[in-house]
Amino acid sequence: MALRADRLNLSVPGKILCRDLTLTVRPGECWGILGRNGSGKTTLLHALAGLSTPERGVVTWAGQPLADYPRRELARRIGVLPQDEGGEFRGTVRDYALLGRYPHSAGFASAADDEEAALAALRRVGMAGLAGRALNTLSGGERQRVRIAMLLAQAPQLYCLDEPLQHLDLGHQAEVLRLLRKLAAEEGKAVLMVLHETLWAGRFCDHALLLYDNGAIVAGAAAELLTGENLERLYQCGLQEVPTADGRCWIPA
Amino acid sequence: MNSHLSIWLASALVISLGSLLVGIALGSVNLPFATVLHALTGRETGLAADIVWQLRLPRVLAAFACGGLLALAGTLLQALLRNPLADPYILGVSGGSAVAALAAMLFGLAAAAVNLAALGGALGAVGLVFALGFGRGGSMVRLLLTGVVLSAGFGALISLLLTLAPGAEVRGMLFWLMGDLSQAQAPGVAWGILLAALALAWWQAGSLDILGLGEIKARSLGVAVRPLQLGIYFTASAATAAVVVEAGAIGFVGLIVPHFVRLLGAGGHRRLLPLAVLAGGSFLTLADTLARTVVAPQQLPVGVLTALLGVPLLLFLLARKV
Repeated sequence: MALRADRLNLSVPGKILCRDLTLTVRPGECWGILGRNGSGKTTLLHALAGLSTPERGVVTWAGQPLADYPRRELARRIGVLPQDEGGEFRGTVRDYALLGRYPHSAGFASAADDEEAALAALRRVGMAGLAGRALNTLSGGERQRVRIAMLLAQAPQLYCLDEPLQHLDLGHQAEVLRLLRKLAAEEGKAVLMVLHETLWAGRFCDHALLLYDNGAIVAGAAAELLTGENLERLYQCGLQEVPTADGRCWIPA
Repeated sequence: MNSHLSIWLASALVISLGSLLVGIALGSVNLPFATVLHALTGRETGLAADIVWQLRLPRVLAAFACGGLLALAGTLLQALLRNPLADPYILGVSGGSAVAALAAMLFGLAAAAVNLAALGGALGAVGLVFALGFGRGGSMVRLLLTGVVLSAGFGALISLLLTLAPGAEVRGMLFWLMGDLSQAQAPGVAWGILLAALALAWWQAGSLDILGLGEIKARSLGVAVRPLQLGIYFTASAATAAVVVEAGAIGFVGLIVPHFVRLLGAGGHRRLLPLAVLAGGSFLTLADTLARTVVAPQQLPVGVLTALLGVPLLLFLLARKV
């Protein structure tokens, strides 16, 4: 039960994002995808989640190409938190989280266990207390946590998250990352997330994927890849290393 | 939550039946409710029964079906285009239909031929918007703009036809353009389309909710986005075309009723769709009853009444809620 990308080619008009990328994401692993703006992190995430078809190469889940799965079957295995969705949702926080159960429900009436799953998901992000509130009355950060709850209610095997920390304060950033880390380490899920926070990536991800501007992609253990030298090259910006009690962090020089 | 829905539905059904009864009772000759009920149950014969069965019942049934269809089409298009300004006419169905129907009137064709032209024009507009808006790389923004631009073009052609028309014809044309149920016949077709479209839409209610989250999120949740969009587009177009052919371009119902129902607190489409249909049907039935009675025996175009009633109602609700 692993995600495997085999010799993947991706590009956007006028730019090659990656060539011959081969990658395996296993249950229990937590991956951070890092790179400069426009380096193709989202495009890569969408291709790995089966939302777009790569120019060449194939992405498989449990040995079967993603394109061969019926959409709902795939949605029970791979869930996505897009960067932003726009649009206005009229309804309560609970109704919103309940939409995550769509691939599991018969599509007509919501069963009692769907309601329970939605509430449990809201509890995990600390939003169960606001379950009855209208979603459009929440703050940006609260809404982000509810979006994560919808993904938890979907209960996929692989979580693909595009900047899951946007709008979150420092405390909630740590909380969400701890939750994602727990999904991988204790519940056997696989997590793949686009992050800009190198400090967090170093602390919570065991694997990293660095997308350089020239189209080179390096994948491997986070501890080996997240070095000052690599990050300087990645972000094209001078960095100063600051030692901390349990690792390193970098600030712009 | 489900008991909630049944309470809402029950009240909406009562209001709907009430509006139908009022529509049957009132007219150039007012009938007491007892007479109406006796006529409907076959215990009353004679002139009153003829008025009920031959004149009023077909008319209120046509009005109700058209109102329901417009509200359904508006709800669907607002979900498809993710735009609260979308109404059944935004994609040019009525414009195409009107151009063909007015041209047929200008050439002095019979009423049946005008209806046929209206149907042809509506289908032509649906096909044109579909081909241009859904083609390679099509997006909902492109679909919306295609519809708006074509509507503007049709509007110019309508003005041209009105200018060319001899004075005697213009009045009939204006009635057609403003929406008029006095020519409405065969409500059976409209009812068939209404029930089929509502069943289809209700079946996809969960997917419609999820479409509101954006295409990427919808696909990641397992919704087949493109087939769903096409299904909504054709369902809404068929609903609109049925109304336009039956009664011309009746404005405001498709825009106002979905918002009205939402402002009353119906969020998800499972609740929104049936309530919008019932509310739209009741609204148009009452508006048409007024159109027949305020200056009886003269009749007003019902489109004037829907706007005169609908605009202040929605403005009031908007001001109160926001």
